[in-house]
Amino acid sequence: MAETPKPEDLYQNIDHTMPDEAWEEIPPDLSKGKFCYPTKPKNLDYLDMPTPTKEEWSPADEEWPIPDNWQEIIHEGFKDRLEKYRSLKIFMDVCVRCGACADKCHFFIGTGDPKNMPVLRAELLRSVYRNDFTTAGRILKKLSGGRPLTKQVLKEWFSYFYQCTECRRCSLYCPYGIDTAEITMMGRELLSLLGLNINWILEPAANCFRTGNHLGIQPHAFREMIDFFCDDIEEITGVRIEPTFNRKGAEILFITPSGDVFADPGTYTMMGYLLLFEHLGLDYTLSTYASEGGNFGLFTSSEMMKRLNSKMFAEAERLGVKWILGGECGHMWRVIHQYMDTMNGPPNFGETPKSPITGTVFENAASTRMVHITEFTADLLRHNKLKLDPSRNDNKVVTFHDSCNPSRAMGLLDEPRYVLNSVCNNFYDMPENTIREQTFCCGSGSGLNTEEIMELRMLGGLPRANAVKYVHEKFGVNMLSCICAIDRAALPPLMDYWVPGVDVTGVHELVGNALVMDGEIERTMDLRFEPLNEETEEDADE
Amino acid sequence: MNVAYLYSLIAVVVLGLIAYAGVEAAGLDVFFGVIIPYLALIVFLIGFANKILDWTKSAVPFKIPTTGGQQKSLSWIRQNKFDSPYTTGQVVVRMILEILLFRSLFRNSRVGFGKGQHIAYKWVVWLWLFAILFHYSFFVVVLRHLRFFAEPVPFFVNFLEKIDGMLQILLPNLFLSGVLLLGGALLLLLRRVLLPKMAYISRPADYFPLFLIIGIAVTGLMMRYLDKVDVVRVKELTMGLATLQPGIPEGGISGLFYVHLFFVSILVAYIPFSKLMHMGGVFLSPTRNQANNTRAKRHVNPWNYPVKTHTYEEYEDEFRDKMKEAGLPVEKE
Repeated sequence: MAETPKPEDLYQNIDHTMPDEAWEEIPPDLSKGKFCYPTKPKNLDYLDMPTPTKEEWSPADEEWPIPDNWQEIIHEGFKDRLEKYRSLKIFMDVCVRCGACADKCHFFIGTGDPKNMPVLRAELLRSVYRNDFTTAGRILKKLSGGRPLTKQVLKEWFSYFYQCTECRRCSLYCPYGIDTAEITMMGRELLSLLGLNINWILEPAANCFRTGNHLGIQPHAFREMIDFFCDDIEEITGVRIEPTFNRKGAEILFITPSGDVFADPGTYTMMGYLLLFEHLGLDYTLSTYASEGGNFGLFTSSEMMKRLNSKMFAEAERLGVKWILGGECGHMWRVIHQYMDTMNGPPNFGETPKSPITGTVFENAASTRMVHITEFTADLLRHNKLKLDPSRNDNKVVTFHDSCNPSRAMGLLDEPRYVLNSVCNNFYDMPENTIREQTFCCGSGSGLNTEEIMELRMLGGLPRANAVKYVHEKFGVNMLSCICAIDRAALPPLMDYWVPGVDVTGVHELVGNALVMDGEIERTMDLRFEPLNEETEEDADE
Repeated sequence: MNVAYLYSLIAVVVLGLIAYAGVEAAGLDVFFGVIIPYLALIVFLIGFANKILDWTKSAVPFKIPTTGGQQKSLSWIRQNKFDSPYTTGQVVVRMILEILLFRSLFRNSRVGFGKGQHIAYKWVVWLWLFAILFHYSFFVVVLRHLRFFAEPVPFFVNFLEKIDGMLQILLPNLFLSGVLLLGGALLLLLRRVLLPKMAYISRPADYFPLFLIIGIAVTGLMMRYLDKVDVVRVKELTMGLATLQPGIPEGGISGLFYVHLFFVSILVAYIPFSKLMHMGGVFLSPTRNQANNTRAKRHVNPWNYPVKTHTYEEYEDEFRDKMKEAGLPVEKE
C-alpha cells in the first residue's frame, strides 16, 4: 500500500481548479497507488472469463497484455450493449453538459480531478460512441466531440471506471436521469471483454461461485464461525442459541453478506440478527451454499451478477422455504430489488412473505419473496413485539449512514431510522444534503474497498466523513450506524482517518444490545464485550 | 478549450451572412425561403422519428429507477409517491414533474469548502431558473409563431399574446417571451463561458445551439422592434409554406427575415443529430420512467439467457465430507 498522507495535508491539497489542457490531452495517472491490482489469472480462469495473460502484469506497464484485435472486440461489445440496453443508448445521446452532476460526485469533491465529474466520466465512453456510432461523429470527427479508441483511452477507462462506486448520486440530480452507474457498468463489461478487471472484485466473485461466499468460507468453517458467535452471545446474555443450517422445511431462509460472518464489526451485527430471531422464536435457517448476500458480479457484468445470484432462489427452492429474509447490505439489495426476479425469477417456491409474528403481508415483495431485515424489524417494533431496553445503547450517540443502493435504488430510508429510534435514545441525523436519497458513498463501494488505493478511498469518502464530523462535533456522535457490509468494512478506516473517535455499527447490532431476552442474565457488556456505561450500571443497582 | 465557443460563434455568424448575402446580393429568395425550410423540416421529421425508433428498438432489460424518496413498503410508512413511484399513475406524475417543472434540476446544490475542514452544500436555484426561463419562453415564442401558419389565428395564440404583452410598453407591444428567451439563452451562455468547470466540460456542440438560438432571438427582436419587417408579406410566405403552395411574396422581404428563417431551419434540422434530442430522450429515460416496484411485479428482460451456474449438487460434491463432519445435512450420503 502506498503511504497515505496526513489528513490535514490531504485536505489542504484538494484543488478544484481546472487544468489548462483539455481533458482529452491529459493521460490517466497509473502510477503506484492510483490503480487497483488487475485480476489474478486463476480467478478469471475459474469464472471462464477472458484472460489477458498468464504472467503478472501491472496497469503501470506501458504495454498492456491485450489481444491484437482489441479495438474490434470493444467495438462489437459496445454495439451489442447499445442494442441490449436502452439506458446506454439514451445516456450516450442526451447529455447536454449542464453541469448539474459535476460536484455531486464524492470522488470529484475529494480529488478535484475533472474526469471524476460524472459528465466527463461518461464522456470517456461517449467520445468513442460518437466516433464509432453516430452520423455527426463520422462527419465532424473531433469537432463533434468524437475520438478514436486508442490505448490511452483504454487506460483512461480502466482508471476512471474504477474510480466510480456506482452510487448513483449524480443520477438523482441529472435532469434526464443519466445514471453513471450504468455507464461505469458498461465500461467495466467492455474492459472485461479484454480481460481487464480488478482482483478485489473478481477474487470474491470466484470464491462466491465456488463456496457460496466472497471470503471462500467452506461449509464447515461457516458453521464454526456462527457457533463461535453463539458462544459469545451466551457469555454476554446467558442465552444459548442453536441456529440451524441448510434445514429443509424451515419457514424462512436468512441470507446476509458474508462480511457479517467474517469481519468485525459486521460480526456483531450477525449476533444481533441471531438474538432477534431467537427472541421471536423464528422458524428460519441459514444456508452454507447461499451464504453470501453480496454480489460482486454487479461490479463485473450482468452475466456474472446473474450467475452468482442464482443460488438464492435455487437454495430457497431446494429447502422449500416460504420466503427469504435478507440482512443488511447495500449493493446486495440493489441486486435483489432491481435485478434478481428479472434475472433468475420467477421464484419456484413459497408465497408472498408474511411475518409469522405480526401477520403483516409484505405486498411490496410479492413476486421476489424477499424482505429486508429493517422492513421486517420495523414492522415488529410497530406492533410492539420486541422487549427492549434502549438504555443499553446509551453509551452511544448514533447517526445513520444511508447506503447508496438502498437509498437510490430502493428507497429504504425510514425503516432503518424507525428501528434506530426504537432501540437507542441518542440518535442524530447528519445534514440533509448528505443523507437519505442525497447520501454520500463510503468511497469504497462497487469493489473499490482495496488497500492499494487507500488515498483515493479516503478522498472519495471525505464528503461522508465530513458530514459525520459535523454531527460528531455538534452532538457528540460516536457511533456511525449503517446497513451495508461494505460500509462496515470501509467506514472504520475512513472514520479513523478523518473523524477519530467514531465507531461503526450495523443497525441490528444495536437491536441486539437492546433486546431483553427470555432468561437472560444481567447484561454488563454490549455485543463487543465493552462495558455498558457506568450510569446504567448504577441505575441498575438502585 | 477556452476557445470552443469561438468556433460555434463564428459558424453561426457565417451562416447568418450566407443567408443575408444569398438573398440580398444573389437573389436566392426561393432557396432560403422555400427550399431550405422544407428540407430542414424533412430532415427533422425523418431524423427525429429515426432516433426515437432507434432508442425504442433497444431493450429495457432491467427496471432501474433512481429512487428519490421513501419506497412503498409498510402501510404506516409514508411513501414518497412522486420521487419513488410504485404505480404507473405515480410514474406519470413523476414524469410530468420532471418534464414540465425540471424536478431533478430543482434539487441542484453547490459544494463549498469552509474553514476547519468544513464542507457544506448549498441549494442553488440558478441553473433551474435559467433553464425554466429559457425553455418556457422558447415554448411561448414557438406557440406565438403559429400566427404565421394558420388563418384564422387560433384563439389560444391571441390569448397567449395578450398575456405575453401584458406590460403594455413599446410599440409594437413588447412580448416578454422574446426578451426572456434571449435573456435565458445569454445567461446559460455566460454560465458556460464564465464558470471554470462549465467552460472545461463544454464542447462546440454545446455553444453552437446556444449561439443559434441567440441569433434567432436577436433577429426576431430586430424584425419586430427595430428594422421592422413587412409582416403581411411574411405571413404570405409562411402560409404558402404551410399550405404547400410556396411562393415568394411580391416586393420581397428583407434579408434579416431570411437570416432568421435560415437559423430556425438549421436549428430544426440539427436537432436529431445533437444533444437537443434530450427533448425526446427525457421521456424514455429508464431511471425516471419506471416504477419502483420490482419486488412486487416482475420485470421481464427480453434477452435474458441461461448462464453457467454452480449448482448445489456440484457444491455438495466438493464439500460433502466436510459438511458431514460438521453435522450439516446433505442430500447424498
